[in-house]
Amino acid sequence: MEIVLLSRLQFAMTVGFHFIFPPITIGLGWLILMMETLGWLKKDESYVRLAMFFARLFALTFAVGVASGIVMEFQFGMNWAEYSKFVGDIFGAPLAAEGVFAFFLESTFLGLYLFGRKKVSKGVHWFSALIVATGSTLSAFWILVANSWQQTPAGFVIRNNRAELTDFWAAVFNPSTLPRFFHTVDAALITGAFLVAGVGAYLIVKNKEPELGKKAVRLAVIFGLAVSLLELFPFGHESARQVAETQPAKFAALQGLYETKAQAPIALFAIPTYPPPKLKAAIEIPGVLSWLTFGNVHTPVTGIDAFAEDEVPPLFLTFVSYHNMVILGLFFIGIMSLAALQLWRKKLWENRFLLKLLVFSIPLPILACELGWIAAEVGRQPWIVYRLMRTAEGLSFTVPAGDVLFSFFLFGLIYLCLGGLYVFLLLLEIRRGPEPAKAKEAE
Amino acid sequence: MDLNIIWFLLIGILIAGYAILDGFDLGVGVLYLFARSEEERRVHLNAIGPVWDGNEVWLLTAGGALFAAFPIVYGTVFSAFYLAFVLLLVGLIFRAVSFEFRGKVESSLWKRVWDWAFGLGSLVPAILLGVAVGNILMGLPLDEQGHFTGSFLGLLNPFALLVGTLSLSLFLMHGALYMSLKTQGEVQERMALWAKGSWFAMILIFLGATSAAIFAAPHLFANASDHPSLWLVALLLLLAAVYIPVALGGSRFLRAFLSSAATIFFMVGLIGAGLFPRLVPSSTDLSYSLTLYNGSSSQATLGAMLIIALLGMPLVLAYTAFVYWIFKGKVAISEESY
Repeated sequence: MEIVLLSRLQFAMTVGFHFIFPPITIGLGWLILMMETLGWLKKDESYVRLAMFFARLFALTFAVGVASGIVMEFQFGMNWAEYSKFVGDIFGAPLAAEGVFAFFLESTFLGLYLFGRKKVSKGVHWFSALIVATGSTLSAFWILVANSWQQTPAGFVIRNNRAELTDFWAAVFNPSTLPRFFHTVDAALITGAFLVAGVGAYLIVKNKEPELGKKAVRLAVIFGLAVSLLELFPFGHESARQVAETQPAKFAALQGLYETKAQAPIALFAIPTYPPPKLKAAIEIPGVLSWLTFGNVHTPVTGIDAFAEDEVPPLFLTFVSYHNMVILGLFFIGIMSLAALQLWRKKLWENRFLLKLLVFSIPLPILACELGWIAAEVGRQPWIVYRLMRTAEGLSFTVPAGDVLFSFFLFGLIYLCLGGLYVFLLLLEIRRGPEPAKAKEAE
Repeated sequence: MDLNIIWFLLIGILIAGYAILDGFDLGVGVLYLFARSEEERRVHLNAIGPVWDGNEVWLLTAGGALFAAFPIVYGTVFSAFYLAFVLLLVGLIFRAVSFEFRGKVESSLWKRVWDWAFGLGSLVPAILLGVAVGNILMGLPLDEQGHFTGSFLGLLNPFALLVGTLSLSLFLMHGALYMSLKTQGEVQERMALWAKGSWFAMILIFLGATSAAIFAAPHLFANASDHPSLWLVALLLLLAAVYIPVALGGSRFLRAFLSSAATIFFMVGLIGAGLFPRLVPSSTDLSYSLTLYNGSSSQATLGAMLIIALLGMPLVLAYTAFVYWIFKGKVAISEESY
């Protein structure tokens, strides 16, 4: 099998597997902090029991996240050595910063949070929960700085056959860093919210500590509604506008706009076909895309026809993943709104249908995250650094294709097993439920 | 003293830090394979449970720093060591998940599977890290453009394998000394025995490897003759290593452990002193070597990275020390334990 394709598939598989876990831990980390805070402020033991319960899910998730994460750090050098040499002057620094500022924080304080509750004061223990959430969010920041530089490179010059840093802050805060950071972290918060809401709903439906379940659902639904709305506007909107402005070929592929035109339509549904690029069975609303992107129906949006054939990303995958991500995002707003409404009308606990829907919705934000990433990274092709280096040029030329075939199957097999075990153990822990309340100590 | 030299030293410190901290985790993982009861196994897991993850981050940070400061070296070495690193990663993956997975199901088959995963997941990295170092010391076949022209099998040469056994015995000793701090009674006595035995093996292998290096990697000794002050590093290494059995003899376990940490530190120092100014010697022709000048990032990046390191690392050391202090003392199995 061809080595470029193999290396790309391996990277996609390893990073796709890895990215199941950080959104869960980032989102859950902040929600656990909220539970600990509520438990402390309200002197309510049940919030602490909830926090400890979700902490077990957190620890399980974090372990698989770390295990699959180490592979990523190594894989740049292993499979993409030419890329590493070309961009290392700029790309390496955020990765090192991720280690120094984020990984150390979250890993060190997680140990304290999980095992040190009885060894330190309430304040210090609460602080460790804060640092775990902060550390994991900082980690997202730095890796997004690196990935955003691939999308919208800035603060550099080409010298000595490579990209060399000229302006650190321009490279870090390149045009796409902040929109992508807010959009991705908010996606993680949505993931956490749906996990907590779904697990809480499960506790109610199965009548296993329903009072705890209600507290979890209440917290997660209010929080989940807020972050789901923000994800569409302004975060999703700003992300899309950034792509339209700085990566027009990607934007055209995402939107399925194959001809440059004013009053550009938004496609609600379509099946992209190729060649030539065409949308089949399209349901479109004219003008909306121009308006959303530029605020003016008459402003033309650049289509795929403006680009050479070898500068255009895979159209089908880009279009389909992006559109399904948006549909899921709208679903999240819908279900959280419904749940919030029922909560306000004090009718949520009797609505078994809605509660069960919350349970089954748990994995959907993870799917949305993966689809968003597929859209972002496939949409960036054929570039590994936008308009600077092609993916195929970034390979490790000294690694035999057979070695990559071996590693691809080995990692694939291991991740399949680990993934299956993770789901099995997660469900086991959820079924176990929260630890019973402590018997009251004699006064 | 320029930025490149500073970064040469900092990478060395990160590597030494990793070896000192995750070194005992890996050692404890290997010792785990010899644990005699369920309770003893849990003691091993919980001795390192709260700290192993933060310790492993030193590897990630060393790798990230290498990428940032010496990207040519990072790309060349990591792709050259492809299959070896795949095996290393598989080991680290299994070690990482074993902690969490093992205790979740009350089945002896389940626990046995994860016992092997944890033990082998510690043993394989302990050896492979040494094999990697051994190959770097000897030099890799690099051509004029600095491209690797060797093969995976070529990496499994006798010298590198010898250094692999050195790292294993070193981490085994270090892990046993850590366990002697965290345990008491009969287990502690056994750990002290392990420490003494592996110390002995470590010394023998070290002497053997150093002698072999005179023939396999003569370029490592050039600096010593030019700069006699480097003999100080060797002397400090000797003192630290020799003190370990002395401390053990008097049951001064903390001193023994700290000496072991110092031994690792000075061993890395000796490696650096021998390699300098090269990072990856070329076994094809020394002039093709990757050095800390031709393999590095721009001055702008080295400078920015230095600021990141100066801001971040003191904080890391401070809160790491804090967490170790919170978990000081003997292992006690409680309901939160693994």
